[in-house]
Amino acid sequence: MTALPTTTKKKLGLVIDLDTCVGCHACVTACKGWNTQNYGAPLSDQDPYGKASGTFLNRIHSFQVTPERDDGAPVLAQTVHFPKSCLHCEDAPCVTVCPTGASYKRAEDGIVLVNEDACMGCGLCAWACPYGAREADAAAGIMKKCTLCVDRIYNENLPEIDRQPACVRTCPAGARHFGDLADPTSDVSILVAERGGVDLMPEQGTKPVNQYLPPRPRDTIGMTGPATGAADTLSGEEDILAPFLASVTEEPQGFLGWLDRALEKL
Amino acid sequence: MNQPVLNLSPKVSDEIRKTTCYMCACRCGIDVHMINQPDGSQKVSYIEGNRDHPVNRGVLCAKGSAGIMQHNSPARLRAPMKRAGERGSGEFEEISWEEAYSIAESWLRPIRETDPSKLAFFTGRDQSQSFTSWWAQAFGTPNYAAHGGFCSVNMAAGGIYTMGGAFWEFGQPDWDRAKLFLLFGVAEDHDSNPIKMGLGKLKKRGAKVVGINPVRSGYNAVADDWFGITPGTDGLLILSLVHCLLKAGKIDLEYLRDFTDAPVLIDADPASPTHGLALLDDDGHKLVWDRTEKRARCYDAADVNPDLAGVWDVDGVRHRTVFVHLAEKYLDAAYTPEAVAGRVGIPAPRIRALASEIARVAFDEAIELDREWTDFRGRIHKTMKGRPVAMHAMRGISAHANGFQTCRALHMLQILIGSVETPGGFRFKPPYPKAATAHPKPHSKVTPGAPLDGPHLGFVQGPADLALKDDGTPARIDKAFTWDNPMSAHGMMHMVISNAHAGDPYRIDTLFMYMANMAWNSSMNTSGTMEMLSDKDANGDYVIPHIIYSDAYSSEMVAYADLILPDTTYLERHDCISLLDRPICEAEAAADAIRWPVVEPDRDVKGFQSALVDLGARLGLPGFVKDDGSRKFADYADYIVSHERRPGVGPLMGWRGNGEETGRGAPNPAQLDRYIENGGFAIAHIPEEAQFYKPWNKAYQDWAVEIGLFDKAAPYLFTLWCEPLRRFQLAAEGHGDRQPPEPLRARIKATMDPLPIWWDASLGQDGDGEFTVNALTQRPMAMYHSWGGQNAWLRQIHGRNPMYIPTKLWELHGFEEDGWARITSPHGAITVPVAHMPALNANTIWTWNAIGKRKGAWALHDNAPEVKEGFLLNHLIHELLPPKRDGMRWSNSDPITGQAAWFDLKVKIEKVSAPDGARSKPDSGTQKSPVGKGPDALAWEVG
Repeated sequence: MTALPTTTKKKLGLVIDLDTCVGCHACVTACKGWNTQNYGAPLSDQDPYGKASGTFLNRIHSFQVTPERDDGAPVLAQTVHFPKSCLHCEDAPCVTVCPTGASYKRAEDGIVLVNEDACMGCGLCAWACPYGAREADAAAGIMKKCTLCVDRIYNENLPEIDRQPACVRTCPAGARHFGDLADPTSDVSILVAERGGVDLMPEQGTKPVNQYLPPRPRDTIGMTGPATGAADTLSGEEDILAPFLASVTEEPQGFLGWLDRALEKL
Repeated sequence: MNQPVLNLSPKVSDEIRKTTCYMCACRCGIDVHMINQPDGSQKVSYIEGNRDHPVNRGVLCAKGSAGIMQHNSPARLRAPMKRAGERGSGEFEEISWEEAYSIAESWLRPIRETDPSKLAFFTGRDQSQSFTSWWAQAFGTPNYAAHGGFCSVNMAAGGIYTMGGAFWEFGQPDWDRAKLFLLFGVAEDHDSNPIKMGLGKLKKRGAKVVGINPVRSGYNAVADDWFGITPGTDGLLILSLVHCLLKAGKIDLEYLRDFTDAPVLIDADPASPTHGLALLDDDGHKLVWDRTEKRARCYDAADVNPDLAGVWDVDGVRHRTVFVHLAEKYLDAAYTPEAVAGRVGIPAPRIRALASEIARVAFDEAIELDREWTDFRGRIHKTMKGRPVAMHAMRGISAHANGFQTCRALHMLQILIGSVETPGGFRFKPPYPKAATAHPKPHSKVTPGAPLDGPHLGFVQGPADLALKDDGTPARIDKAFTWDNPMSAHGMMHMVISNAHAGDPYRIDTLFMYMANMAWNSSMNTSGTMEMLSDKDANGDYVIPHIIYSDAYSSEMVAYADLILPDTTYLERHDCISLLDRPICEAEAAADAIRWPVVEPDRDVKGFQSALVDLGARLGLPGFVKDDGSRKFADYADYIVSHERRPGVGPLMGWRGNGEETGRGAPNPAQLDRYIENGGFAIAHIPEEAQFYKPWNKAYQDWAVEIGLFDKAAPYLFTLWCEPLRRFQLAAEGHGDRQPPEPLRARIKATMDPLPIWWDASLGQDGDGEFTVNALTQRPMAMYHSWGGQNAWLRQIHGRNPMYIPTKLWELHGFEEDGWARITSPHGAITVPVAHMPALNANTIWTWNAIGKRKGAWALHDNAPEVKEGFLLNHLIHELLPPKRDGMRWSNSDPITGQAAWFDLKVKIEKVSAPDGARSKPDSGTQKSPVGKGPDALAWEVG
């Protein structure tokens, strides 16, 4: 058993915007590229040109979602891209389960790390993590996980603007944000407040630091109204769904008459 | 606590070298981190986006971030090779460059001296077309093009013929000001990072994103509203939106009057030989009806007041404006939402609501920038008005036989609401805007031992510009610019192999290709293409006598060539991303870029363009040798710096002359060093008053001349009425000397309407009702065609490509997870794994493109999922349509541009049990790998 710090001065973490993530996997390979070269052992790949499996600290899962409406009206299915990496939980079960003290949560910033010198690769942490965020590296025989690019975010050899995790720096859509979630005035905390950021699986009691911003409501054009079922019945000039389309063709001399008068007004 | 002490500031690298990515056509700037090696060399350790770069501003996609695995790929070719077994076998012998060149010369020199058209030189995803085409022109063959014909020429040509520019590299939405964004079409590739960055900007501002796409993946997954349209019906949906907007008067009359051909007078007398053509003055200027002076006047007169409505007799001939034609056509009840809903697969109220949303944002949320500008008539505008509805499209809408007219319809929609080149709408990127009439026309006159009479590709204006020989037969092997597909502006690479095999329109001697996997995913009818490439005549000789191919990797196409010129990886080469070609400009700046060898190759390989320089010099091609016959350029880098296309204008715009001149100036020997110092690119910002309304903006036109985009100001009107189309129609109606063959007359009349039309392009694909399900492909954002298949990291993300099945068909056929299906078309059958996808048009199936690999290719092991269950949809698609009982085989292409109609495919699905070994069908055989197989394990770290 390894102890967690009672509090951490900062809670560094990621805010991931599910309304904006297009599922491009840029964060996945930028993470792999930085972390195979930096902190600890390289991220190995087995049979890389055959069946291929390897260690990734960040992966994107894609889900098909068909929401239900209270009134049972039909809705359209959606695709949700869900990037997942270590959430640097306040009550990280992967740390407390670690028999060697290799897993630890940093007191100064809350980052959960593996001290690879002390890790024996037993995999208990992976079993304990409800998010599946830890991976056993088959070549190194140790556990790997997101470091929040601890070797970037304070790195004085990098320009200040680049002192952020590789996944955040590379994200083309700007769907990933990094900052201190303990500071209510930080950009990430404000974003979470404004957009209703949520804990992933709060019922697990892990108090994840990383936050997810939920997708905004989808499919409102022509699907709203009393019930979406109306979409099949409404039509024609009475259409309450299309209030900006009052016809000009019923005006005197029809469309060309309207055109002539409109041109005169220009 | 017992926290270890960490080094939080480890050294990152010894040096950063800035070059340009080549993992797709996006051309992002990259920072390549280098680590010194004990032997004094350097190795690439990490690649990230260049923050200063205009394209990507520091971000980088999955492909770019995995570039290191492309650079160190085990599939890299190592040396020139000549074939040592049968074509397709993959048996090769490594040879020297000297031997490779002498073999190539022994084939090419006699061709050039007798009949240069016996060389067909086609380049694939080439980013140096202004150079490769120049080489082909010097050689003298008319048979040159790149891959645009099978990719998306409809998109480019539809845009250029309508408004002098198109999507992707040619233009971009105003991401900073748009409030409503409509994205049409399947595909998630071009213009990869800019689109993702733009979507991010829209989302940050809370703008609404609408996706119109049969597949809700990728960009459509984040769309606020998704219209899961039936493939091939985008044009019909767009014309219905046009109907709704016209009927409600929600159109920008001022914009139409001042900047488009809407007021231009069109001959409306069916008996007239110029019926359907614009009324011109003696100088060839289009005439409009002046509301004030009540007479026809030149459109660009300073005080002209064009009328949009009306019918006038001019010199005894009845004329109506373009706008009157347009309104009459689209106000027709055939375009009401109710009339089209069934076909497009979207309920009428949703179509009408979408039109309403466009109208609301365009007109009730209009924006105005406080920027004064002067138009081409000399009128001063105090502000820049904008309709903040931006539209963009992906390849999907263009990959149908009705794709050209569909792209035109989309541009018409944009133009009707005044949202092109206005704030919040769609903006061109230099060298666009540029009218179709300002582009070259195609050239095809062959003279033995001499160059071609001009550039191969261009924009025809009518029958007189077709590439026909004196006897009326096609001048080009791909039959581009013929009556079959008159406006094939990018050529038709997808027809080259089948035409060369058939000897139709003539036989060739040497097929020379670059970076195009034509024996695999880049061809329709893959199995048939492999047979054609290896087919022999009665004498036992190959029907296509010689094949030269250049690629950096051991692709499927390598196995089918006789001579291989091994290319470098993108980190080992010189390139220029040139204003003469498809540069990296932004709406507010001209920009170009270079690649340079940030590492030297460790193999006996050479950048293909440098190999062409060598071959050009050996063959003594004009431009490649000096007057004394000695070589002119040392290599491609030397060409980039020294070549002048026009006096003072060369491949790169930056640091010309004395090093301080932009756009125009003498060659500067230090130019590449200046690019490298600046991060690999040059940028020239467009003045503020010139950033919108560019086709008509005097300040923009003057700026464009100043930096050398063109030599004199060339403002023009957008052409809702496409006169080149009408000229072909007129010919089909019997007018003029150059007449189409009888069997094509009716089709030309029907399809080449000067106003956008829609027809059901999948008719004839359904085998009389047997094949009813639409089948599509797209390539994933994280992988680039087949070249990603060798990438150890990317293939762990996209190593599998099930056929995605929508819920209705999934349940109808009783599919289960890990199940298999047999998919048949009129042309062939495949047996493939399936997966369920609810967020998909109910009658459409799709899969990722180019994941499947041939056994032995790409240095993959035989147990790779790409080899086992991976597959290509291409086997189901023929380059010709199924027989129509008329004795002819019609091309599976757009009848206007010749674009390959990949997405008109119709199939039938059956549930089957998993094949033996869970291996997809057909089995395309095995090729021997000339580079061996990749390693069994990787733990990538550069020490």
